[in-house]
Amino acid sequence: MNFVAPESLIFWTTAIFIVFFFLLKKFAWKPILEAVKKREESITDALASAENAKREMANLKADNEKLLAAARAERDELLKEAREIKEKMIADAKNIAEAQGEKIIAQAKATIESEKAAAVADLRNQVSSISIEIAEKLLKEQLANKEAQSNLVEKMLEDIKLN
Amino acid sequence: MKYLLVLSVVLMPFISKATNGDQTLADEIEEFDATELIQHHIADSHDFHLFDYNGDSYSLPLPIILWTKNGLVTFMSSEFKHDEDASVVVEKNGQEFVRYHGNIYYADAFASKVEGEHFEAPSVMDFSQRPVNFSITKNVFSLILSVILIFVLFNAVAKSYKKNDGAPKGLTGFLEPLVIFVRDEIAIPNIGEKKHGKFMPYLLTVFFLIWVNNLFGLIPFFPFSANLTGNIAFTFTMATITFLITIFSGNKNYWGHIFNTPGVPLWLAPIMIPVEIMGMFTKPIALMIRLFANITAGHIIILSLVSLIFIFKSVFISPVSGAFVLFMSALEILVAALQAYVFTLLSALFIGQAVEEGHH
Repeated sequence: MNFVAPESLIFWTTAIFIVFFFLLKKFAWKPILEAVKKREESITDALASAENAKREMANLKADNEKLLAAARAERDELLKEAREIKEKMIADAKNIAEAQGEKIIAQAKATIESEKAAAVADLRNQVSSISIEIAEKLLKEQLANKEAQSNLVEKMLEDIKLN
Repeated sequence: MKYLLVLSVVLMPFISKATNGDQTLADEIEEFDATELIQHHIADSHDFHLFDYNGDSYSLPLPIILWTKNGLVTFMSSEFKHDEDASVVVEKNGQEFVRYHGNIYYADAFASKVEGEHFEAPSVMDFSQRPVNFSITKNVFSLILSVILIFVLFNAVAKSYKKNDGAPKGLTGFLEPLVIFVRDEIAIPNIGEKKHGKFMPYLLTVFFLIWVNNLFGLIPFFPFSANLTGNIAFTFTMATITFLITIFSGNKNYWGHIFNTPGVPLWLAPIMIPVEIMGMFTKPIALMIRLFANITAGHIIILSLVSLIFIFKSVFISPVSGAFVLFMSALEILVAALQAYVFTLLSALFIGQAVEEGHH
Protein backbone atom coordinates (compact mmCIF):
# COMPACT_ATOMS: atom_id res chain seq x y z
CA MET A 1 0.00 0.00 0.00
CA ASN A 2 1.46 3.26 -1.11
CA PHE A 3 0.56 6.05 1.30
CA VAL A 4 0.78 9.53 -0.09
CA ALA A 5 1.22 12.02 2.74
CA PRO A 6 -1.29 10.47 5.16
CA GLU A 7 -0.68 13.27 7.67
CA SER A 8 -1.91 15.78 5.10
CA LEU A 9 -5.20 13.99 4.59
CA ILE A 10 -5.67 13.41 8.33
CA PHE A 11 -4.96 17.06 9.05
CA TRP A 12 -7.24 18.43 6.34
CA THR A 13 -10.00 15.91 7.01
CA THR A 14 -10.04 16.88 10.68
CA ALA A 15 -9.90 20.61 9.97
CA ILE A 16 -12.44 20.57 7.15
CA PHE A 17 -14.73 18.19 8.99
CA ILE A 18 -14.84 20.36 12.09
CA VAL A 19 -15.49 23.57 10.15
CA PHE A 20 -17.97 21.84 7.86
CA PHE A 21 -19.74 20.21 10.79
CA PHE A 22 -20.35 23.49 12.59
CA LEU A 23 -21.36 25.29 9.39
CA LEU A 24 -23.80 22.55 8.46
CA LYS A 25 -25.11 22.31 11.99
CA LYS A 26 -25.91 26.01 12.05
CA PHE A 27 -27.07 26.57 8.47
CA ALA A 28 -28.53 23.22 7.49
CA TRP A 29 -29.25 20.53 10.06
CA LYS A 30 -30.75 22.73 12.75
CA PRO A 31 -33.17 24.60 10.49
CA ILE A 32 -34.03 21.42 8.58
CA LEU A 33 -34.66 19.31 11.67
CA GLU A 34 -36.59 22.12 13.31
CA ALA A 35 -38.73 22.67 10.24
CA VAL A 36 -39.42 18.94 9.92
CA LYS A 37 -40.27 18.70 13.59
CA LYS A 38 -42.48 21.76 13.40
CA ARG A 39 -44.30 20.34 10.42
CA GLU A 40 -44.75 16.97 12.08
CA GLU A 41 -46.15 18.69 15.14
CA SER A 42 -48.46 20.85 13.06
CA ILE A 43 -49.71 17.76 11.22
CA THR A 44 -50.36 15.98 14.51
CA ASP A 45 -52.08 19.10 15.84
CA ALA A 46 -54.15 19.47 12.70
CA LEU A 47 -55.28 15.84 12.90
CA ALA A 48 -56.12 16.22 16.59
CA SER A 49 -58.02 19.44 16.01
CA ALA A 50 -59.90 17.86 13.10
CA GLU A 51 -60.87 15.02 15.40
CA ASN A 52 -61.92 17.59 18.03
CA ALA A 53 -63.94 19.53 15.49
CA LYS A 54 -65.68 16.33 14.43
CA ARG A 55 -66.52 15.53 18.03
CA GLU A 56 -67.69 19.09 18.63
CA MET A 57 -69.85 18.94 15.53
CA ALA A 58 -71.47 15.78 16.82
CA ASN A 59 -71.98 17.43 20.20
CA LEU A 60 -73.41 20.49 18.51
CA LYS A 61 -75.79 18.37 16.49
CA ALA A 62 -76.97 16.57 19.60
CA ASP A 63 -77.36 19.92 21.35
CA ASN A 64 -79.30 21.28 18.44
CA GLU A 65 -81.64 18.35 18.48
CA LYS A 66 -82.09 18.71 22.21
CA LEU A 67 -82.79 22.42 21.78
CA LEU A 68 -85.20 21.70 18.98
CA ALA A 69 -87.04 19.15 21.09
CA ALA A 70 -87.17 21.59 23.98
CA ALA A 71 -88.46 24.34 21.70
CA ARG A 72 -91.08 22.03 20.32
CA ALA A 73 -92.18 21.01 23.81
CA GLU A 74 -92.30 24.66 24.84
CA ARG A 75 -94.35 25.54 21.80
CA ASP A 76 -96.80 22.76 22.62
CA GLU A 77 -96.95 23.97 26.20
CA LEU A 78 -97.55 27.53 25.07
CA LEU A 79 -100.26 26.47 22.67
CA LYS A 80 -101.94 24.46 25.37
CA GLU A 81 -101.77 27.34 27.80
CA ALA A 82 -103.11 29.73 25.22
CA ARG A 83 -105.99 27.40 24.53
CA GLU A 84 -106.70 27.16 28.22
CA ILE A 85 -106.55 30.90 28.65
CA LYS A 86 -108.84 31.35 25.69
CA GLU A 87 -111.35 28.94 27.11
CA LYS A 88 -111.12 30.52 30.51
CA MET A 89 -111.55 33.98 29.07
CA ILE A 90 -114.57 32.90 27.10
CA ALA A 91 -116.06 31.25 30.16
CA ASP A 92 -115.34 34.31 32.30
CA ALA A 93 -116.77 36.64 29.74
CA LYS A 94 -119.87 34.48 29.55
CA ASN A 95 -120.26 34.56 33.32
CA ILE A 96 -119.72 38.28 33.54
CA ALA A 97 -122.10 38.89 30.67
CA GLU A 98 -124.71 36.71 32.29
CA ALA A 99 -124.33 38.49 35.61
CA GLN A 100 -124.44 41.87 33.92
CA GLY A 101 -127.49 40.88 31.93
CA GLU A 102 -129.25 39.71 35.03
CA LYS A 103 -128.35 42.90 36.79
CA ILE A 104 -129.60 45.00 33.89
CA ILE A 105 -132.76 42.97 33.74
CA ALA A 106 -133.24 43.41 37.49
CA GLN A 107 -132.64 47.13 37.17
CA ALA A 108 -135.04 47.32 34.25
CA LYS A 109 -137.59 45.43 36.27
CA ALA A 110 -137.20 47.81 39.20
CA THR A 111 -137.47 50.82 36.89
CA ILE A 112 -140.55 49.36 35.30
CA GLU A 113 -142.04 48.72 38.77
CA SER A 114 -141.37 52.26 39.92
CA GLU A 115 -142.64 53.72 36.66
CA LYS A 116 -145.65 51.59 36.95
CA ALA A 117 -146.26 52.77 40.53
CA ALA A 118 -145.80 56.38 39.45
CA ALA A 119 -148.13 55.86 36.53
CA VAL A 120 -150.72 54.24 38.82
CA ALA A 121 -150.40 57.09 41.27
CA ASP A 122 -150.69 59.62 38.50
CA LEU A 123 -153.68 57.77 37.09
CA ARG A 124 -155.26 57.64 40.50
CA ASN A 125 -154.79 61.38 40.89
CA GLN A 126 -156.19 62.06 37.51
CA VAL A 127 -159.07 59.64 38.07
CA SER A 128 -159.86 61.31 41.40
CA SER A 129 -159.73 64.77 39.93
CA ILE A 130 -161.78 63.65 36.99
CA SER A 131 -164.20 61.92 39.40
CA ILE A 132 -164.45 65.09 41.44
CA GLU A 133 -165.10 67.07 38.29
CA ILE A 134 -167.66 64.56 37.22
CA ALA A 135 -169.16 64.55 40.70
CA GLU A 136 -169.19 68.35 40.67
CA LYS A 137 -170.88 68.40 37.37
CA LEU A 138 -173.23 65.68 38.46
CA LEU A 139 -174.00 67.41 41.69
CA LYS A 140 -174.48 70.65 39.91
CA GLU A 141 -176.98 69.01 37.68
CA GLN A 142 -178.61 66.86 40.36
CA LEU A 143 -178.91 69.57 42.86
CA ALA A 144 -180.50 71.85 40.51
CA ASN A 145 -183.88 70.79 41.89
CA LYS A 146 -184.89 70.93 45.61
CA GLU A 147 -185.94 67.46 46.12
CA ALA A 148 -182.64 66.00 45.05
CA GLN A 149 -180.91 68.37 47.48
CA SER A 150 -183.02 67.31 50.40
CA ASN A 151 -182.53 63.61 49.55
CA LEU A 152 -178.88 64.06 49.63
CA VAL A 153 -178.78 65.82 52.83
CA GLU A 154 -180.87 63.12 54.36
CA LYS A 155 -178.64 60.49 53.07
CA MET A 156 -175.61 62.28 54.40
CA LEU A 157 -177.22 62.64 57.70
CA GLU A 158 -177.83 58.94 57.80
CA ASP A 159 -174.17 58.33 57.09
CA ILE A 160 -173.20 60.64 59.93
CA LYS A 161 -175.47 58.72 62.25
CA LEU A 162 -173.78 55.60 61.30
CA ASN A 163 -170.50 57.06 62.30
CA MET B 1 -26.63 -7.88 -26.31
CA LYS B 2 -27.45 -4.54 -27.89
CA TYR B 3 -26.05 -2.81 -24.82
CA LEU B 4 -22.86 -4.81 -25.03
CA LEU B 5 -22.36 -3.75 -28.64
CA VAL B 6 -22.96 -0.10 -27.78
CA LEU B 7 -20.59 -0.40 -24.84
CA SER B 8 -17.81 -1.97 -26.88
CA VAL B 9 -18.10 0.77 -29.50
CA VAL B 10 -18.00 3.42 -26.80
CA LEU B 11 -15.02 1.83 -25.07
CA MET B 12 -12.87 1.24 -28.16
CA PRO B 13 -11.51 4.75 -28.67
CA PHE B 14 -10.45 4.87 -25.01
CA ILE B 15 -8.57 1.63 -25.36
CA SER B 16 -6.53 2.77 -28.38
CA LYS B 17 -5.73 6.08 -26.84
CA ALA B 18 -4.63 4.54 -23.56
CA THR B 19 -2.30 2.10 -25.31
CA ASN B 20 -0.84 4.88 -27.46
CA GLY B 21 -0.24 6.95 -24.36
CA ASP B 22 1.47 4.12 -22.55
CA GLN B 23 3.73 3.41 -25.50
CA THR B 24 4.78 6.98 -26.02
CA LEU B 25 5.34 7.59 -22.32
CA ALA B 26 7.60 4.58 -21.91
CA ASP B 27 9.15 5.08 -25.36
CA GLU B 28 8.94 1.34 -25.83
CA ILE B 29 6.37 -1.41 -25.43
CA GLU B 30 6.61 -2.25 -21.79
CA GLU B 31 5.02 -5.13 -19.97
CA PHE B 32 1.65 -3.87 -18.71
CA ASP B 33 1.62 -3.82 -14.92
CA ALA B 34 -1.98 -3.95 -13.64
CA THR B 35 -0.91 -3.75 -9.99
CA GLU B 36 0.96 -0.52 -10.53
CA LEU B 37 -1.91 0.99 -12.50
CA ILE B 38 -4.40 0.06 -9.81
CA GLN B 39 -2.14 1.26 -6.99
CA HIS B 40 -1.67 4.51 -8.81
CA HIS B 41 -5.41 4.98 -9.28
CA ILE B 42 -6.48 4.25 -5.73
CA ALA B 43 -3.65 6.23 -4.14
CA ASP B 44 -3.73 9.92 -3.31
CA SER B 45 -1.78 12.27 -5.54
CA HIS B 46 -0.31 15.76 -5.66
CA ASP B 47 -1.61 16.30 -9.19
CA PHE B 48 -5.17 16.02 -10.37
CA HIS B 49 -4.85 14.10 -13.59
CA LEU B 50 -7.24 15.44 -16.24
CA PHE B 51 -6.51 13.58 -19.48
CA ASP B 52 -3.77 12.30 -21.75
CA TYR B 53 -3.35 13.81 -25.18
CA ASN B 54 -0.76 12.76 -27.74
CA GLY B 55 1.14 10.90 -25.10
CA ASP B 56 1.29 13.92 -22.83
CA SER B 57 -0.42 13.84 -19.49
CA TYR B 58 -2.40 16.94 -18.55
CA SER B 59 -3.19 17.57 -14.95
CA LEU B 60 -4.41 20.26 -12.61
CA PRO B 61 -1.55 21.36 -10.35
CA LEU B 62 -2.42 21.38 -6.66
CA PRO B 63 -0.71 23.41 -3.93
CA ILE B 64 2.04 21.69 -2.00
CA ILE B 65 2.35 22.85 1.60
CA LEU B 66 5.38 21.49 3.48
CA TRP B 67 6.50 21.94 7.03
CA THR B 68 10.23 21.51 6.61
CA LYS B 69 13.20 21.70 8.95
CA ASN B 70 13.40 25.40 8.03
CA GLY B 71 9.71 26.22 8.33
CA LEU B 72 6.82 26.46 5.92
CA VAL B 73 7.41 25.95 2.19
CA THR B 74 4.69 26.20 -0.45
CA PHE B 75 4.72 25.74 -4.22
CA MET B 76 2.55 24.23 -6.93
CA SER B 77 2.84 20.54 -7.76
CA SER B 78 3.41 21.44 -11.43
CA GLU B 79 7.03 22.27 -10.51
CA PHE B 80 7.75 18.54 -10.32
CA LYS B 81 6.75 18.29 -14.01
CA HIS B 82 4.88 14.99 -13.49
CA ASP B 83 8.03 13.37 -12.16
CA GLU B 84 7.48 10.53 -9.69
CA ASP B 85 10.99 9.13 -9.77
CA ALA B 86 13.03 11.63 -7.73
CA SER B 87 14.74 12.96 -10.84
CA VAL B 88 13.30 16.52 -10.84
CA VAL B 89 14.66 18.54 -7.93
CA VAL B 90 12.66 21.54 -6.79
CA GLU B 91 14.62 24.12 -4.87
CA LYS B 92 12.68 26.30 -2.42
CA ASN B 93 13.80 28.27 0.59
CA GLY B 94 17.35 26.92 0.25
CA GLN B 95 16.07 23.34 0.42
CA GLU B 96 15.78 20.73 -2.28
CA PHE B 97 12.76 18.46 -2.69
CA VAL B 98 12.07 15.48 -4.89
CA ARG B 99 8.96 13.43 -5.47
CA TYR B 100 9.17 9.68 -5.43
CA HIS B 101 6.03 7.58 -5.98
CA GLY B 102 3.74 10.34 -4.81
CA ASN B 103 5.62 11.33 -1.69
CA ILE B 104 7.82 14.38 -1.33
CA TYR B 105 11.26 13.86 0.24
CA TYR B 106 14.33 15.94 0.90
CA ALA B 107 16.60 15.50 -2.10
CA ASP B 108 19.38 14.22 0.20
CA ALA B 109 17.43 11.01 0.80
CA PHE B 110 17.90 10.15 -2.85
CA ALA B 111 21.47 11.37 -3.23
CA SER B 112 22.76 7.82 -3.51
CA LYS B 113 20.15 6.84 -6.10
CA VAL B 114 21.62 5.65 -9.38
CA GLU B 115 19.54 5.90 -12.55
CA GLY B 116 18.16 2.55 -13.66
CA GLU B 117 18.97 0.69 -10.47
CA HIS B 118 16.51 -0.39 -7.82
CA PHE B 119 16.43 2.04 -4.97
CA GLU B 120 14.86 1.36 -1.57
CA ALA B 121 12.92 4.55 -0.75
CA PRO B 122 12.96 5.77 2.83
CA SER B 123 9.93 4.94 4.93
CA VAL B 124 6.96 7.26 4.51
CA MET B 125 6.83 7.60 8.30
CA ASP B 126 10.49 8.71 8.56
CA PHE B 127 10.17 12.46 9.01
CA SER B 128 13.94 12.96 8.98
CA GLN B 129 13.88 12.03 5.29
CA ARG B 130 10.80 13.98 4.26
CA PRO B 131 9.03 17.17 5.38
CA VAL B 132 5.67 17.01 7.12
CA ASN B 133 3.18 17.35 4.31
CA PHE B 134 0.05 19.47 4.57
CA SER B 135 -0.54 19.69 0.85
CA ILE B 136 -3.93 20.02 -0.75
CA THR B 137 -3.80 16.63 -2.43
CA LYS B 138 -6.32 15.19 -4.84
CA ASN B 139 -8.29 13.69 -1.94
CA VAL B 140 -8.28 16.95 0.02
CA PHE B 141 -9.42 18.74 -3.12
CA SER B 142 -12.24 16.23 -3.52
CA LEU B 143 -13.15 16.56 0.15
CA ILE B 144 -13.40 20.36 -0.16
CA LEU B 145 -15.49 20.00 -3.29
CA SER B 146 -17.88 17.52 -1.67
CA VAL B 147 -18.18 19.67 1.43
CA ILE B 148 -19.08 22.72 -0.65
CA LEU B 149 -21.63 20.69 -2.63
CA ILE B 150 -23.27 19.27 0.48
CA PHE B 151 -23.32 22.66 2.16
CA VAL B 152 -24.86 24.41 -0.85
CA LEU B 153 -27.50 21.69 -1.25
CA PHE B 154 -28.57 21.51 2.37
CA ASN B 155 -28.38 25.25 2.91
CA ALA B 156 -30.80 25.59 0.01
CA VAL B 157 -33.03 22.97 1.63
CA ALA B 158 -32.90 24.79 4.97
CA LYS B 159 -33.82 28.07 3.27
CA SER B 160 -36.70 26.50 1.38
CA TYR B 161 -38.61 26.05 4.63
CA LYS B 162 -38.80 29.80 5.09
CA LYS B 163 -40.60 30.20 1.77
CA ASN B 164 -42.65 27.05 1.71
CA ASP B 165 -44.57 25.95 4.77
CA GLY B 166 -46.46 23.16 3.06
CA ALA B 167 -45.39 19.82 1.62
CA PRO B 168 -41.70 19.70 0.54
CA LYS B 169 -41.09 20.20 -3.16
CA GLY B 170 -38.15 19.91 -5.56
CA LEU B 171 -34.73 19.60 -3.93
CA THR B 172 -36.26 19.57 -0.46
CA GLY B 173 -38.65 16.83 -1.48
CA PHE B 174 -35.68 14.73 -2.56
CA LEU B 175 -33.26 15.42 0.30
CA GLU B 176 -35.62 15.72 3.24
CA PRO B 177 -36.59 12.01 3.19
CA LEU B 178 -32.87 11.19 3.45
CA VAL B 179 -32.53 13.39 6.52
CA ILE B 180 -35.65 11.79 8.00
CA PHE B 181 -34.25 8.36 7.11
CA VAL B 182 -31.10 9.09 9.13
CA ARG B 183 -33.23 10.30 12.02
CA ASP B 184 -35.91 7.59 12.04
CA GLU B 185 -33.90 4.55 10.89
CA ILE B 186 -30.44 5.27 12.29
CA ALA B 187 -30.48 7.77 15.16
CA ILE B 188 -33.73 7.03 17.02
CA PRO B 189 -33.54 3.19 17.02
CA ASN B 190 -29.90 3.18 18.20
CA ILE B 191 -29.58 6.21 20.45
CA GLY B 192 -33.15 6.55 21.61
CA GLU B 193 -35.93 9.08 21.24
CA LYS B 194 -34.70 11.21 24.15
CA LYS B 195 -31.00 11.61 23.38
CA HIS B 196 -30.78 11.37 19.59
CA GLY B 197 -31.18 15.12 18.98
CA LYS B 198 -27.71 15.97 20.25
CA PHE B 199 -26.01 13.55 17.85
CA MET B 200 -28.17 14.15 14.78
CA PRO B 201 -25.92 16.85 13.24
CA TYR B 202 -22.88 14.54 13.50
CA LEU B 203 -24.67 11.52 12.04
CA LEU B 204 -26.15 13.55 9.19
CA THR B 205 -22.77 15.13 8.39
CA VAL B 206 -21.01 11.76 8.40
CA PHE B 207 -23.72 10.07 6.35
CA PHE B 208 -23.79 12.65 3.57
CA LEU B 209 -20.03 13.24 3.57
CA ILE B 210 -19.28 9.55 3.13
CA TRP B 211 -22.06 8.93 0.67
CA VAL B 212 -21.23 11.88 -1.57
CA ASN B 213 -17.52 11.01 -1.52
CA ASN B 214 -18.26 7.35 -2.25
CA LEU B 215 -20.21 8.49 -5.31
CA PHE B 216 -17.53 11.03 -6.29
CA GLY B 217 -15.02 8.19 -6.27
CA LEU B 218 -17.11 6.28 -8.79
CA ILE B 219 -17.28 9.12 -11.31
CA PRO B 220 -14.22 8.50 -13.48
CA PHE B 221 -13.34 12.05 -14.55
CA PHE B 222 -12.31 15.45 -13.19
CA PRO B 223 -13.24 16.93 -10.74
CA PHE B 224 -14.34 13.64 -9.20
CA SER B 225 -12.57 10.25 -9.31
CA ALA B 226 -10.58 10.81 -6.11
CA ASN B 227 -10.62 7.73 -3.92
CA LEU B 228 -11.18 9.61 -0.66
CA THR B 229 -13.38 7.15 1.24
CA GLY B 230 -11.10 4.32 0.08
CA ASN B 231 -8.16 6.01 1.77
CA ILE B 232 -7.37 4.64 5.19
CA ALA B 233 -6.16 8.02 6.47
CA PHE B 234 -9.62 9.46 5.82
CA THR B 235 -11.52 6.53 7.33
CA PHE B 236 -9.10 6.62 10.27
CA THR B 237 -9.98 10.26 10.90
CA MET B 238 -13.71 9.64 10.63
CA ALA B 239 -13.55 6.61 12.91
CA THR B 240 -11.44 8.59 15.39
CA ILE B 241 -14.08 11.33 15.53
CA THR B 242 -16.77 8.72 16.24
CA PHE B 243 -14.50 7.18 18.89
CA LEU B 244 -13.91 10.54 20.57
CA ILE B 245 -17.63 11.34 20.58
CA THR B 246 -18.30 7.91 22.05
CA ILE B 247 -15.85 8.23 24.93
CA PHE B 248 -16.68 11.87 25.67
CA SER B 249 -20.41 11.24 25.78
CA GLY B 250 -20.00 7.96 27.68
CA ASN B 251 -21.98 8.00 30.91
CA LYS B 252 -21.48 6.23 34.25
CA ASN B 253 -23.25 3.17 32.93
CA TYR B 254 -20.88 2.90 29.93
CA TRP B 255 -17.70 3.20 31.99
CA GLY B 256 -19.20 0.89 34.58
CA HIS B 257 -19.55 -1.77 31.91
CA ILE B 258 -15.89 -1.40 31.01
CA PHE B 259 -14.27 -1.24 34.44
CA ASN B 260 -16.74 -3.22 36.48
CA THR B 261 -18.87 -5.32 34.18
CA PRO B 262 -22.07 -6.10 36.06
CA GLY B 263 -22.59 -9.74 36.92
CA VAL B 264 -18.95 -10.69 36.52
CA PRO B 265 -17.08 -11.85 39.66
CA LEU B 266 -14.33 -9.54 40.87
CA TRP B 267 -11.51 -12.04 40.33
CA LEU B 268 -12.23 -11.97 36.58
CA ALA B 269 -11.54 -8.21 36.48
CA PRO B 270 -7.87 -8.60 35.39
CA ILE B 271 -9.14 -10.38 32.27
CA MET B 272 -12.36 -8.44 31.74
CA ILE B 273 -10.93 -4.92 31.95
CA PRO B 274 -8.28 -5.41 29.21
CA VAL B 275 -10.87 -7.17 27.04
CA GLU B 276 -13.36 -4.33 27.48
CA ILE B 277 -10.71 -1.69 26.82
CA MET B 278 -9.68 -3.55 23.71
CA GLY B 279 -13.35 -3.59 22.74
CA MET B 280 -13.44 0.20 22.96
CA PHE B 281 -10.76 0.39 20.28
CA THR B 282 -11.79 -2.50 18.06
CA LYS B 283 -15.14 -0.87 17.36
CA PRO B 284 -13.75 2.25 15.65
CA ILE B 285 -11.00 0.17 14.04
CA ALA B 286 -13.65 -2.07 12.50
CA LEU B 287 -15.43 1.07 11.34
CA MET B 288 -12.23 2.37 9.74
CA ILE B 289 -11.30 -0.90 8.00
CA ARG B 290 -14.82 -1.66 6.79
CA LEU B 291 -15.29 1.58 4.85
CA PHE B 292 -11.72 1.62 3.56
CA ALA B 293 -11.80 -2.02 2.45
CA ASN B 294 -15.22 -1.88 0.82
CA ILE B 295 -14.52 1.18 -1.27
CA THR B 296 -10.96 0.19 -2.16
CA ALA B 297 -12.10 -3.30 -3.11
CA GLY B 298 -14.76 -1.85 -5.39
CA HIS B 299 -12.23 0.36 -7.12
CA ILE B 300 -9.73 -2.49 -7.46
CA ILE B 301 -12.35 -4.76 -9.01
CA ILE B 302 -13.43 -2.18 -11.56
CA LEU B 303 -9.83 -1.28 -12.44
CA SER B 304 -8.88 -4.96 -12.69
CA LEU B 305 -11.75 -5.58 -15.08
CA VAL B 306 -10.60 -2.68 -17.24
CA SER B 307 -7.00 -3.96 -17.03
CA LEU B 308 -8.13 -7.31 -18.42
CA ILE B 309 -8.23 -5.69 -21.84
CA PHE B 310 -4.58 -4.72 -21.58
CA ILE B 311 -3.53 -7.98 -20.00
CA PHE B 312 -5.10 -9.98 -22.82
CA LYS B 313 -3.95 -7.33 -25.32
CA SER B 314 -7.15 -7.91 -27.25
CA VAL B 315 -9.94 -5.53 -28.13
CA PHE B 316 -12.35 -8.46 -28.23
CA ILE B 317 -12.22 -8.88 -24.50
CA SER B 318 -13.61 -5.37 -24.10
CA PRO B 319 -17.34 -6.29 -24.40
CA VAL B 320 -16.94 -8.83 -21.61
CA SER B 321 -14.85 -6.48 -19.55
CA GLY B 322 -17.24 -3.60 -20.23
CA ALA B 323 -20.26 -5.64 -19.20
CA PHE B 324 -18.59 -6.61 -15.94
CA VAL B 325 -17.51 -3.02 -15.32
CA LEU B 326 -21.07 -1.88 -15.90
CA PHE B 327 -22.37 -4.48 -13.48
CA MET B 328 -19.74 -3.63 -10.87
CA SER B 329 -20.35 0.09 -11.24
CA ALA B 330 -24.04 -0.45 -10.60
CA LEU B 331 -23.16 -2.56 -7.59
CA GLU B 332 -20.72 0.08 -6.37
CA ILE B 333 -23.45 2.73 -6.48
CA LEU B 334 -25.40 0.51 -4.11
CA VAL B 335 -22.30 -0.08 -1.98
CA ALA B 336 -21.65 3.68 -1.86
CA ALA B 337 -25.01 4.26 -0.15
CA LEU B 338 -24.78 1.06 1.87
CA GLN B 339 -21.35 1.83 3.34
CA ALA B 340 -22.40 5.38 4.23
CA TYR B 341 -25.43 3.86 5.93
CA VAL B 342 -23.37 1.22 7.74
CA PHE B 343 -20.78 3.72 8.95
CA THR B 344 -23.50 6.03 10.26
CA LEU B 345 -25.47 3.15 11.73
CA LEU B 346 -22.49 1.76 13.61
CA SER B 347 -21.48 5.24 14.79
CA ALA B 348 -25.01 5.67 16.11
CA LEU B 349 -24.87 2.23 17.70
CA PHE B 350 -21.59 2.97 19.51
CA ILE B 351 -22.84 6.36 20.65
CA GLY B 352 -26.10 4.70 21.71
CA GLN B 353 -24.17 2.20 23.85
CA ALA B 354 -22.22 5.05 25.44
CA VAL B 355 -25.27 7.10 26.42
CA GLU B 356 -27.56 4.18 27.29
CA GLU B 357 -29.12 4.34 30.75
CA GLY B 358 -28.58 1.31 32.94
CA HIS B 359 -31.58 -0.99 33.23
CA HIS B 360 -30.43 -3.59 35.73
